[in-house]
Amino acid sequence: MAILSSSIARKVAMALSGLFLVFFLAQHFTINITSVIDPDTFNSWSHFMGHNILVQFVLQPVLIFGVVLHFVMGIGLEIKNNNARQISYKSYKGNKNSTWASRNMIISGAVVLAFLGLHFYDFWFPEIVHKYIESNPLDATRYYPELVHKFESPVRTGLYCLAFVLLMLHLWHGFSSSFQSMGWNNKYSKGLRAFTQFYAIFIPLGFIFIALYLHFNQ
Amino acid sequence: MKLTLKIWRQKNATTKGELKTYPIDGVEGDMSFLEMLDVLNEGLINKGEEPVVFDHDCREGICGSCSLQINGEPHGPDRLVTTCQLHMRMFNDGDTIVIEPFRAKAFPVIKDLVVDRSAFDRIQQAGGYISVNTSGNTVDANTIPVNKHDADESFNAATCIGCGACVAACKNASAMLFTSAKVSQFALLPQGRIEATERVLNMVAQMDKEGFGNCSNTGACEIECPKGISLENIARMNREYLSASLKG
Repeated sequence: MAILSSSIARKVAMALSGLFLVFFLAQHFTINITSVIDPDTFNSWSHFMGHNILVQFVLQPVLIFGVVLHFVMGIGLEIKNNNARQISYKSYKGNKNSTWASRNMIISGAVVLAFLGLHFYDFWFPEIVHKYIESNPLDATRYYPELVHKFESPVRTGLYCLAFVLLMLHLWHGFSSSFQSMGWNNKYSKGLRAFTQFYAIFIPLGFIFIALYLHFNQ
Repeated sequence: MKLTLKIWRQKNATTKGELKTYPIDGVEGDMSFLEMLDVLNEGLINKGEEPVVFDHDCREGICGSCSLQINGEPHGPDRLVTTCQLHMRMFNDGDTIVIEPFRAKAFPVIKDLVVDRSAFDRIQQAGGYISVNTSGNTVDANTIPVNKHDADESFNAATCIGCGACVAACKNASAMLFTSAKVSQFALLPQGRIEATERVLNMVAQMDKEGFGNCSNTGACEIECPKGISLENIARMNREYLSASLKG
């Protein structure tokens, strides 16, 4: 279908997958913050997420599809965009008319993608091995100690914090931009933009706080 | 005022161009940017050199002919003006000014600072019109009531002069602001609703075919547009496109 290859349809796909990932971030943050407030709650919620059939076999594949769609479309759009100007300007003052975050979504996105690789290596792959390959017995108390153990390393904690700063920049432009891509620009947009910018700062700062808290409270 | 100009010189579409340096003296603050280039060209002609080729027509900021990327910004450092309305008082004695053509794959350079912007004409031809019976039974447009807000928005969109600054400013060389202005000026009026579905589909298809990039919503186009065309037009075109796609 012609619509699927059109520039606007691709942007809408980016916007919808991005909004889904924004929603997922809020859910992930809600669970993670319990590790600071009450480790028992963190253990029980993590156990639920790790063993609920709906979460594991429906929501998790949808999430992975959303992530893959977002970065595959993003890379495709970047290639097309680079191709649209084959000779660069000798003098180009992008900072006079736009923000760094808006012009460099591919850089912030690539850092977040690289972080996802590290995050999967740290948590997702060991979890798959633990549950489905080694077939260990159920233990609803293992999650918090494993989490704390991961944040012993100052290098890993530093990398996580760096990735969250880039996530902040990505969300700063991307969250509000997704509404524009879907055609939402009206009298409510100013308020919506304020909310998206609050979210873009609050959630990554929250993740940074959790990482630093776990690192310094070993 | 004494200035140093670094100007893109390119013999034709197939040769490689480069920035060449030209010192210029006696520039006055009340001169327009194009008048300053006229002075430079007079000097070049007197010396037997080839003058710098650049586009211009009305020199009143309404025709959309003049272009030029000036010190990294389309139409230069001033806001809401075209290059012909940019005055040299915006620069200081001793400044170096880099002058380049608008850059986009869909705007190939013809010579020096002149680019081929006929891609915009083809987008316009793909649907930027309404079909009206002109055989003697034409109905007066004013017989159809239009609410004030829509009329104003339509008029604002229609002030786009098609200069291409939006494409030049966009990091992706996207033509979304131009195309959306042309879609919006009709979409907002009852006369334009009749062909609205095919208009937006055809104009976006032509825009993509011309090789322009996608919109990243950086907002650079809106800031650099000499007519202040709003990003709301892009959102409107996205809505029109999605609605037309679902219908069609």
